[in-house]
Amino acid sequence: MIGIYLIGAVFISLALFFNKNKTLHYSLVSLYFLLQCTLTIYEYVHLNAVQLEYFTPDALGIIFLVTLSLICGPALWHSYVYFETGKDIPRERSIYFAAMVLLLTALSAAYLSNHIAITWIFVELTTLSSSALIYHRRNLHTIEGTWKYLFVCTISITLVFIGILFLTLAIQQDGIKDLNYKVLLSQAPTLNVFWLKLSFLFVFTGFTSKASLVPMYTAGIDAKDKAPSPAGALFSSVLMNMGFVGIFRLYEIISHTSILPWTNQILLISGVLSVFVATVYMLKVKNFKRMFAYSSVEHMGLIMLGLAAGGIGYYAAILHLILHSFTKSAMFFQIGQVYRIYKSKSVYDAGDYFRYNPTGSMILLLGFFVVTAMPPSGMFVSEFLIFTALFQANHFWLLAIILLLLTMIIWSLGKTIFRMIFIKPIGFNDTDVKKIPAIESLSQLVFLGFVIYIGVNTPTVLINLIHVAIQNLPK
Amino acid sequence: MTNIILIAFIITLVQLGLSKRLSTYIRVLSIQGILLFGVAFIELIEINVINLLFVLLETVVFKTLMIPYFLSYIIKKNKITHEAEPFLPDFMSVVIITSIIIGSFLLANTIGDPHVRKIFFVTALSALFTGLYFIISRKKIITHVMGFLIIENGVFVLSLAVGAEMPFLVNIGILLDIFVSVLLLGVFVNKIGDMIGEQDVDQLSSLKD
Repeated sequence: MIGIYLIGAVFISLALFFNKNKTLHYSLVSLYFLLQCTLTIYEYVHLNAVQLEYFTPDALGIIFLVTLSLICGPALWHSYVYFETGKDIPRERSIYFAAMVLLLTALSAAYLSNHIAITWIFVELTTLSSSALIYHRRNLHTIEGTWKYLFVCTISITLVFIGILFLTLAIQQDGIKDLNYKVLLSQAPTLNVFWLKLSFLFVFTGFTSKASLVPMYTAGIDAKDKAPSPAGALFSSVLMNMGFVGIFRLYEIISHTSILPWTNQILLISGVLSVFVATVYMLKVKNFKRMFAYSSVEHMGLIMLGLAAGGIGYYAAILHLILHSFTKSAMFFQIGQVYRIYKSKSVYDAGDYFRYNPTGSMILLLGFFVVTAMPPSGMFVSEFLIFTALFQANHFWLLAIILLLLTMIIWSLGKTIFRMIFIKPIGFNDTDVKKIPAIESLSQLVFLGFVIYIGVNTPTVLINLIHVAIQNLPK
Repeated sequence: MTNIILIAFIITLVQLGLSKRLSTYIRVLSIQGILLFGVAFIELIEINVINLLFVLLETVVFKTLMIPYFLSYIIKKNKITHEAEPFLPDFMSVVIITSIIIGSFLLANTIGDPHVRKIFFVTALSALFTGLYFIISRKKIITHVMGFLIIENGVFVLSLAVGAEMPFLVNIGILLDIFVSVLLLGVFVNKIGDMIGEQDVDQLSSLKD
């Protein structure tokens, strides 16, 4: 199935690229959506069956594949709305959809691959396709964003490759010649620790550019800001998940060796610095799209803290990542509508949103409570579990600092969002503001409702899947 | 023989620190391509013929001829001035690059692993950090790309160290090399050139908080 999927998706992507017909474009995109759903269902039914030698739908892969399929439908639909309500140039549309299909395909394949080199190849493909999406508007700002993203991501991908080479050196003594995760996992205790340490440093640093963590988070911020909102939603949800999957798979191997405490230190440092950097910028930034991009950095930092703390933290980290994907994509879809009214992303230009789009402003308000992890948000549950894990691991000071930083983030985010909804903007001409139909906010409402529902009543299927995904980690 | 070639490769890195002109950088990159060809030929002679031919073709045709040609084409087309405009004087550059090399040497000496030939490790790490230093110390966008190409050469050397056992990793490395170089150089530098003529990183600083 994965073979059919890959060939089909590449074919659809090429077909989108080489023609300019509108009807054909949207039928191809719907066809792709069907293909994606078929793949997801097929892989879910065939859990843990190796396909084409290099792909295994294990629990972790399935969790994120399902997340991707749920998000990709609304993302494609919002892209359609984006083109209907804005400039619609056939050439640009064809590149946009071809790149988006390629991005989604590469992400799905990267989740499912069971071989570190194959994962790496698909990560490289995501860089290519996302830069096409960032470049979409073709002006000086997007060219700058694209160049920075491309350059930073290329260097990170090279770093991951160096990490893989070090991993080969680590396994050389045992005579293993396969970089399959399963083989590596079974041989983990005998690996050379020195090379493994170097390998983790390089792979981790490389994947931070995709996962939006310190040190390489900068590229992702520009990307999420400059890409059209539906693409930004994908960057701040499913693309970040892929960075996490890349880190997690190597972490799983390392957790069986003696360097686990050292690795946890690295994750802790990166996590705390991410939350810190996010706080500093969120207090300062005046562009609400970038503000949500920094909020992603914060949440990813918390997830790393959960992973490093261990115990219940493993479960919480993955749950938090899933919930974050839905919340953040809903917020980015909504930002697309805000931008359509004000034609600006500055907090000073936007205001009185409740008057122009009541449904949208309700989404924004609800989203604020969900994204800052206030009850009844599902993220409250996962964040609370992460803090519990930190407490149990005796990181009291760290916990205190994190809680302080989170308070500042809530204040700053709240200030911006309430200002956008209630305070009148200065010098905004509302004569030609088009009304945005409430139906366009439906997908966001569903996502946010879903996040709340999962928090209140986590489905047993999901709990079991997460427990299977983390079963190889030490208890 | 491999040792001599790799030492020559390290010397070219110092040469990069010494010079200021873009044309020198291009020539050094081309020389590095030839040196890599030599190393690849000696190291990989045992793997199958088609694979070997692919690797050799990549080093000679791609690294030695095509990329330098392409770089000089871009410089001519966009009328980029020939000065590299480093932030630091040459003397400091040479000192820094030398200390990078010494640092990698010392780091390599701490490895107690008989399977690894340290000279590969030293060369690769020196090239990696020299490339990174090159990126942060030069002003033009084109020199950033050159810094990246130096990193790529370092990665190639490292992949040769494991290449005899796992030739497919060398191939993947080459894939990265070609893919990225074409993407960065072909598509992008031209686009930037069309939009903002003189290519200086100062012009790419509107996105910030």
